[in-house]
Amino acid sequence: MVIPFRGDLHNHTFLSPCGDIEMTPRFIINTAKERGYTIIGISDHNSTRQCEEIYHLGQEEGVLVLCGSEICTKEEVHCLAFVDGFYKLGQLQEYLTKYLPPIPNIPDKFGYQFWVNREEEIVGEEEFLLISALEQSIDEVEKFVHSLGGIFIPAHIDKSKYSVLSQLGFIPFDLEVDSLEVSKRCDLQSFVAENKYLTRYNYIHSSDAHYPEDFAKTACDFYLESLSFSEIKKALRGEDGRYVKIL
Amino acid sequence: MTVKEVVEKMGLTVFSGEKGLDKEVLGGYTSDLLSDVMGHAKEGQIWVSLQTHKNVMAVAGLKDLAAIVLVKGLKPEEDTIAVSNEEGVPVLGTTEQCFEFTGKLYALINN
Repeated sequence: MVIPFRGDLHNHTFLSPCGDIEMTPRFIINTAKERGYTIIGISDHNSTRQCEEIYHLGQEEGVLVLCGSEICTKEEVHCLAFVDGFYKLGQLQEYLTKYLPPIPNIPDKFGYQFWVNREEEIVGEEEFLLISALEQSIDEVEKFVHSLGGIFIPAHIDKSKYSVLSQLGFIPFDLEVDSLEVSKRCDLQSFVAENKYLTRYNYIHSSDAHYPEDFAKTACDFYLESLSFSEIKKALRGEDGRYVKIL
Repeated sequence: MTVKEVVEKMGLTVFSGEKGLDKEVLGGYTSDLLSDVMGHAKEGQIWVSLQTHKNVMAVAGLKDLAAIVLVKGLKPEEDTIAVSNEEGVPVLGTTEQCFEFTGKLYALINN
């Protein structure tokens, strides 16, 4: 039997240069819990380094944290990528580090790129600008994420910036996506009606929260048998009776 | 002016789609957003871009463009070449950057 778990997969933290200083591990988990969210995705731009601390805090509070990143491909398409377990998260981080152009961040212009512990003490800093595009195509990123058994979701496809539709005109027919994300204000029904070939895909919507006031205010219900990465992946793909309902 | 004449006058590399070299060039369009090209490029234009993804071929086919020029020494991906050869839309290359190349192409086409 499947039961609903409330979730939002697209959230930025203080680590993203554009993420607010208040988007800390404690704030994210406490607020998620207060508002009845049991699934939270952490998806900073081209970095996974804030995930682990939030995951541990989530474990203590009954919130499953999906660990990953919002990857910017060389076409400047934003895609959500999540993997299961810290070993694979390390592999994903190595991949991001390898292909991120070594352009130094200028904090005064772009914002800070620190990650913190639960006491909000700085643990480390990403030296290179995280909002650059990776030197990998969308197809290469998709294949890599799936080689790790991960989840791959092109982000906010209805937007006119940094979306697969704005950058590439349409979704490449052989691109293996687990779901597609639309932004929180998108009217999915009319969006799909205008783009008929998009009816064959599954959808989520997310907050893409960078600020506390946007966090845990956009939800999907994930209908799962139990709370786990593999169950969430099945729901995104609409497999074995699992599914996602946009709220 | 044909695509072939543009290739010769601008010293371009021909990566693929040789079948289409005799097409008439009616103008140019420079953009890296495929959604923008889908909306605004016109038939017979040469498209100048740095996007190498195979979706450029579908857009070029859809809009009946004369050819695509990749700037800055960028090379098309293998599946891009395959579609270009099938559809006869040439993929060309220049080592110049977008600004310089577009300026020279504009001058060539409009003289």
